[in-house]
Amino acid sequence: MSNAPSTHPVLDPLLAPPFPQAALPVLRNPQLRKNVAHAIDVIQAKRAKLVAEKTDWQELRTSASAIRAHALENLDFYLEQFETRCTAAGGTVHWAADAAEARQIILALLRQENATEVIKIKTMTSAEIQLNPFLEAAGINAYETDLAEIILQLGDEEPSHIVVPALHINRSQVREIFARRMGLENLSDDPKALTNAARTWLRQKFLTIPTAISGANFLIAETGSVAVVESEGNGRMCLTLPRALITLAGIEKVIPRFQDLEVMLQVLARSATGERMNPYTSLWTGVTPGDGPERFHVVLLDNGRSSILARPRERQTLKCIRCAACMNACPVYRQTGGHAYGSVYPGPIGAIFTPQLMQMKHAQSLPYASSLCGACYEVCPVKINIPDVLLDLRSQVTDQERRSFGRFLDPMYLGLRIANLLFSRAWLFHSAQFCGRIGLRIFTHRDGWIHSLPGIGAKWTQTRDLRGLPSQTFHGWWAARGRMPGKEAK
Amino acid sequence: MRASLFITCYNDTLFPETGRAVVSLLERLGVDLDFHSRQTCCGQMHANTGFRGEAYSQAKRFVRLYQDAETVVIPSSSCVAMIRDQYPTLFAELGNESLRSEFAALLPRVYELSEFLIDRLGVEDVGASFPHRVTYHASCHGLRALQLGDRPFRLLKKVRGLTHVPLANLDRCCGFGGTFSVKNAEVSSAMLAVKLQDVVATGAEYCTALDNSCLMHLGGAMHRQYASMKTIHMAQILASTAASPPEATA
Repeated sequence: MSNAPSTHPVLDPLLAPPFPQAALPVLRNPQLRKNVAHAIDVIQAKRAKLVAEKTDWQELRTSASAIRAHALENLDFYLEQFETRCTAAGGTVHWAADAAEARQIILALLRQENATEVIKIKTMTSAEIQLNPFLEAAGINAYETDLAEIILQLGDEEPSHIVVPALHINRSQVREIFARRMGLENLSDDPKALTNAARTWLRQKFLTIPTAISGANFLIAETGSVAVVESEGNGRMCLTLPRALITLAGIEKVIPRFQDLEVMLQVLARSATGERMNPYTSLWTGVTPGDGPERFHVVLLDNGRSSILARPRERQTLKCIRCAACMNACPVYRQTGGHAYGSVYPGPIGAIFTPQLMQMKHAQSLPYASSLCGACYEVCPVKINIPDVLLDLRSQVTDQERRSFGRFLDPMYLGLRIANLLFSRAWLFHSAQFCGRIGLRIFTHRDGWIHSLPGIGAKWTQTRDLRGLPSQTFHGWWAARGRMPGKEAK
Repeated sequence: MRASLFITCYNDTLFPETGRAVVSLLERLGVDLDFHSRQTCCGQMHANTGFRGEAYSQAKRFVRLYQDAETVVIPSSSCVAMIRDQYPTLFAELGNESLRSEFAALLPRVYELSEFLIDRLGVEDVGASFPHRVTYHASCHGLRALQLGDRPFRLLKKVRGLTHVPLANLDRCCGFGGTFSVKNAEVSSAMLAVKLQDVVATGAEYCTALDNSCLMHLGGAMHRQYASMKTIHMAQILASTAASPPEATA
């Protein structure tokens, strides 16, 4: 309960407090929890309906999973194929080993364009590499153009979801942000009025800024094309109006064939927003003279992904298509929202992706931010077994602890090491049960229940009672029963 | 029919009445039950907390202990899920060929209690009587890992006098999650509060499940809040008859 967390969430795994602490401000904020629960309940219900109408949903999942797994198994081949085809179509492909290199590449490209302003669409990856503050420091203003991202940027807020990043902000809060930042004192909170305000603000950016940065939902190796899916059409503006376009994409985004989109777009739309098809699917291949950007660059970002690829059990993490179905289904996320995860990637996928991007050197509390209920795996359209990856990451964290001095101060670590010894011999286990029964007696009330425990036990009793240990164990009863007349000994 | 009872470490220690109910139920159904006195734990707590090596040694112990059992019956869905879902990975990563083949031979003979009754014994009506309003909490492991489906409801339906009150948001976790309830106590408690609202809203007298770990969590909060509801493992409902109702517990 110490270290009162700051009210402004930190989405940098290097600086964010551990998950249990980072969750506290949200747990103490009923409005925020209400916003989050309402938003994901709406999406969940839409998704459930559209998945149920699809009689071949499980087959689609199997196909989507196979496409992504195959692409990852042959990632070197498909990335090179993408580079070749994209280059042949007039694009330029750049390779960035880490965040710093990606930022430098993008800055150099923007300098070539003499850009002092840039518009952006659908690029969570740019948040991963913290591009906006970097560009700002270099004298380049970056403007988000996705409606939710505008709300966040103008409100100095942080994203809390990967598909609906402003889901923790309700309509009246949006009105307040727009009124304040756009100078519209009399703005109402009518959705139409809010949309119009955003549109007016955006049009001016679209028509005056000739340079854009986008993310990518898919890179298609066969054709060298890039696909971006979105709901508003602002992406379409960003991708077609500017003279120069830079696409930043993680290396895992590649799919082998154009035809694979048939499967991927079906599972993505239904899983992400509960729609049969997303409203805008933009697809482009290199440059087309007289149509769209004249200069097109793709920056392929590794930033820890190839080390994930190298681990067979964790590799599936990279199958993710960023649909957010896992966080919408997650009972932990439902309580905490996204900020508690201390990363631009929240929820169950963030709990496995972020610590791996950090090479397990940071964000070690995230693999434990799950009750392992399995809801995420059940809904994942590409069948990422998130609970299984969580378990493997937990064992990596424990292995780090085995080598640290801090382990002698961690009651959980010591308790589990001792428990392992006790479970190795029945007589030790039985002795421990006996000692536990005697030891807990002083904490047990006359009603037979424990209301308060010291140390780590207080974490349980802060909200729940615990029944005192019964005077006879089951095995004790069984042994005594064998000696009772009328029952033969077993 | 012979069966070996794996009671699990926490049922042995904290919920012996569940074990006694399993014995009474299965013996009533004509099962010749035995109990290995050397059994301890399946390793779930260690595996789920990241202690892979420790979990492996308990998994190995389990396989060695039960390799000759005709069937193993376990009144805990999460422990069965541990054996079914996590042992294969543990043995693939840390075990040897002979252990893997011993496990492969044992696995089809390991049953969760409701699976044992319905799939192995082929009974739904176990002759139970429990004249109370009961709601059923589908533990996450029973629901998703074991895919118990309608088995629990089929068993409850045949209990004389029992009125089943459906629970809203049946697929939502109660927030226990083993050491999660301590490592992330505040988030776990928030999940529990939400779950408890649904459970209490049923107006049932009892909340039952096939896993005492969820029930310990729900029951601990019910007791703290003086809720007018109790928890009871389904084995105790199924063991209950007009002549011998469930034993009273604290």
